[in-house]
Amino acid sequence: MSVRVSRRSFLVGTALAATLPVPALAQGKPVRIGLLTVKTGPLAQGGIQMEQGTIRFLKDRNYTLAGRKVDLVVADTGGNPAGTKTKTQELVERDNVDMIFGPLAAFELLAITDYTAQAKTPVLSLAAAEDMTQRRPNPYFVRASATSAQSMHPLADYAAKELRFKRVVTISEDFAFGHEQMGGFHRVFEDAGGRVVKKLWPPLVTPDYTPYLAQISGVDAVVQGFAGSNPLKFMKQYQDQGLKLPVLSGSVGCDDALLKSFGDEAIGVISCSAYTADLDTPSNKRLVEGMVRDYGNIPGIYAAGLYINGMVAEAALEKTGGKTDDKEALIKALRAVSLTDTPRGPFRFDHLGNVIGNFYIRRCERKGDKLANTTIKTYPNVSQFWTYDEKWFLAQPVYSRDFPPVKS
Amino acid sequence: MKRLALVAALAILAAAPLWVGGTYYVNVASQILIYAIFALGVNVLAGYAGLVSLGHAGLFGIAAYGGAKLMSAGHGQVVVTVGGLAVTLVAAAFFATLSLRATGLGFVMITVALGQIVWGVAYRWISLTNGDNGISIGGRPRPFGLSLASPAGFYWATFVVFLAAVASMAILVASPFGASVRGTRDQARRMNALGYHVWMIRFLAFLFSGFWSGVAGILYLYYNQFVSPQMVALTASAEVLLMVISGGTATLLGPIVGAGLVVVMKNVASAYIERWNFVLGAIFVAIVVFMPDGLVPGTVRLGRWGLAAWRPRAPSAVPAPGEDDGR
Amino acid sequence: MSLWLVLAVNSITLGGLLFLLSAGFSLIFGLMKIPNLTHGSFFMLGAYLATSLIARGFNFWTAALVGGLLVAALGGIVERLILRRLAGAELAQVLVTLGLSFMIADVCLMVWTGDPIRIDTPAGLRGATSVMGLGFPTYRLAISLIAVIFAAALWALLDRTRLGAMIRAGVDDPAMARVVGIRVSRLFTIVFCLGAWLAGFAGVIGGPILSVYPGLDGEMLPLALVVVILGGTGSLVGSLVGSFVVGFLYNFGQAMFPELAYVVLFLPMLIVLVVRPQGLFGRQTV
Repeated sequence: MSVRVSRRSFLVGTALAATLPVPALAQGKPVRIGLLTVKTGPLAQGGIQMEQGTIRFLKDRNYTLAGRKVDLVVADTGGNPAGTKTKTQELVERDNVDMIFGPLAAFELLAITDYTAQAKTPVLSLAAAEDMTQRRPNPYFVRASATSAQSMHPLADYAAKELRFKRVVTISEDFAFGHEQMGGFHRVFEDAGGRVVKKLWPPLVTPDYTPYLAQISGVDAVVQGFAGSNPLKFMKQYQDQGLKLPVLSGSVGCDDALLKSFGDEAIGVISCSAYTADLDTPSNKRLVEGMVRDYGNIPGIYAAGLYINGMVAEAALEKTGGKTDDKEALIKALRAVSLTDTPRGPFRFDHLGNVIGNFYIRRCERKGDKLANTTIKTYPNVSQFWTYDEKWFLAQPVYSRDFPPVKS
Repeated sequence: MKRLALVAALAILAAAPLWVGGTYYVNVASQILIYAIFALGVNVLAGYAGLVSLGHAGLFGIAAYGGAKLMSAGHGQVVVTVGGLAVTLVAAAFFATLSLRATGLGFVMITVALGQIVWGVAYRWISLTNGDNGISIGGRPRPFGLSLASPAGFYWATFVVFLAAVASMAILVASPFGASVRGTRDQARRMNALGYHVWMIRFLAFLFSGFWSGVAGILYLYYNQFVSPQMVALTASAEVLLMVISGGTATLLGPIVGAGLVVVMKNVASAYIERWNFVLGAIFVAIVVFMPDGLVPGTVRLGRWGLAAWRPRAPSAVPAPGEDDGR
Repeated sequence: MSLWLVLAVNSITLGGLLFLLSAGFSLIFGLMKIPNLTHGSFFMLGAYLATSLIARGFNFWTAALVGGLLVAALGGIVERLILRRLAGAELAQVLVTLGLSFMIADVCLMVWTGDPIRIDTPAGLRGATSVMGLGFPTYRLAISLIAVIFAAALWALLDRTRLGAMIRAGVDDPAMARVVGIRVSRLFTIVFCLGAWLAGFAGVIGGPILSVYPGLDGEMLPLALVVVILGGTGSLVGSLVGSFVVGFLYNFGQAMFPELAYVVLFLPMLIVLVVRPQGLFGRQTV
């Protein structure tokens, strides 16, 4: 027996329905963010900080972005490319994340970039591999931190023009991140009139740097780009060897979060980074206070970088009205983000997805019983191409161990 | 009975993409098979020839790098596979000639040295290997025009290769050559006295082992579509050896089970257990304490013990005179 | 000229640290035939324990001794409960020692987190000493001295004391030793504890140079293996000489052949093994 709906009840029903709040199905589903990080093994130091920064941000926003709840899925890649690929597949296929934060290392990112581009999943990473936003760009990639050389260009400029160094030796680990950092420094330093006399490349795993330290002489300064736990080892052995030359460091070598592990050997080191803990913006103050309260240490580039990724995601979601179904619109919104009050100051993205923002030159000093980096100069609006023309820059080979070559 | 169980197991494995629950798990299953092939290869040496190698990731990697280079040079899939395997065989012959100068710890250390040298070359010789940035390849092969881009498709292709590997292992083990390999493990001097060319037997076993490690390497390259120096690191060699030992050397099923254990722990369990490294280590320790032969022999023993406990025991026969010597 | 001098002296000082690192491994492998792949973890654990002890106010040297003792205790438990029943089962020993190293590494990560920890050079040994007009870190020179003292002490223990004689008897022929009344099992536990103590102690001694961080265990174990293999298993003198040889190879190799930096230790080791599988000073065939 069919139920006959009388026209009257139909009209009444519709009128009633119109007055009731419509359940917003789109807003019911949470935004899923996947975090690829390293929680075991030698890279765990940075990876754990990445997770801390992400959680700090989500707590600050009450796990709600643009009106939608946020689900964070944390995946431990183990610090190797195959593990990263597997975890990325897990995030994309099993957990259906809307965007991915991380991964940590350049070799991890390179293993997954083709896959995530195919899946059209936006990736917001700190990994500094240059070509990700240069010669092999991934259209779904956003980098709010820096390329490997992006923080070394200003450092070289500062070293040549203000510190007036003429001859330097560079020393960094023998892998892509080290090559790209030192390559960037090399080019700008020599264009400003300086000379890189020698480039030393100790292997990634080097217990004793003495064979390299013994080769440092006849220069004004030493430029290092060590990462992970190596800066600690290096600076201690540098001091023990009796070397007194000024040390210039890449962003990771004198990272704010690492300062608590250093002793007096770090005093006087001048570094350049996208993030500095003493930056006086409201959001940075909130971040630093929150990190000290929750984890007992000030943030460095890993934690701050992920906090900033969160802010970028939030701004993009506000632009798309909280929607994440349209991937093209989401990545467009992500790349269009331009913020002023962030832990790293104002920034925006270039058309390849890489950040254009402030970079800070800091000197490490002792303040009471703690070490701290004090900002001594700010370079505004630094892009990945420095002051070079983009087309010219991209036509050159990527920075590598032998490029730019050491002039004999 | 055993054959029925074997056929049933293979049928279940073959149907995996249908019951495993999601493309992610199909991918994990593919990884298990790839590592199972690798572990079976290592087992030929470690289990059957008694030669523990901690450098097989070098051969695994040489195959993958060889394949990747050929692919970047624009060659077709057949050339890539054959070329990669050929390079691996040459490398295996080289490894074997050097390592077989010693046995025991000396053999292990030579393989460690060789593996580390391959690793050093992969890192340092950037013009050849692109260093730690690795080499990405475009797509997967299309044998007979079938696409392997989908997880299920790749799984079935890997499964076919896996079957071939298991079959070849079974044939090897049952063959006279297989017996002579085991002989060189147990009684090398006696084998020599009997006229067997012990070195040549070991050498051929090494080549066989290297071949399958290379096959696994090529599959791995196609699966990940990426190769980097991490693949040939010492930890990779140690990992596959752990798979073999934990599953049970000198059995066919052992390395397969071991591969499953490690892959599942690393990829699936790590999503639920934060301290999965600790748990994996604890499992290894537990295996050694409770099942020192490995998981497979230990489980078989448990099964027999359980079965015997179920069945009512027949009244024990009176020992014949002379039989009871008090033991 | 000064470069070579610095490298030469550093070869000796690095050799000293390498001896302390590998002496424990050489002892356990040479006497008990167990490839103790947990050795690197013992080294790292000793160093981590010392950082906590020093933070509580202990003096550096006390922390080194106590850290070593704690690691030795752990080693004793491991030997008694697990390794004892695995005599001769080489593969099982590999599996269990690697499994234990996973566990120890993860526990260290849990307790001390992922940040690297710096150990201050002990007071009195800071700064540089002048040798032939060049300054050398005083602490490193002290390490070489400590290494030589330990080498002498270990040799004296094994060669000149009754305990050493019992240990050697237990190694050469356990059955006969038991018949004669030697408690072989207990001796093996003592040897393992001694090896573990050496590893933990070396970790602390190396702390001011290497600092402590996750992954230290994996970096140190291959070095110990290279030293023991080059010097020859079963020979303490071999380990001592092997340490200095490796020290020289490391320093001069890295400085003179930067292209080969990744293989500067493994290539010579390979050559030695292929030519002389028992190592430079090994008595027994491996």
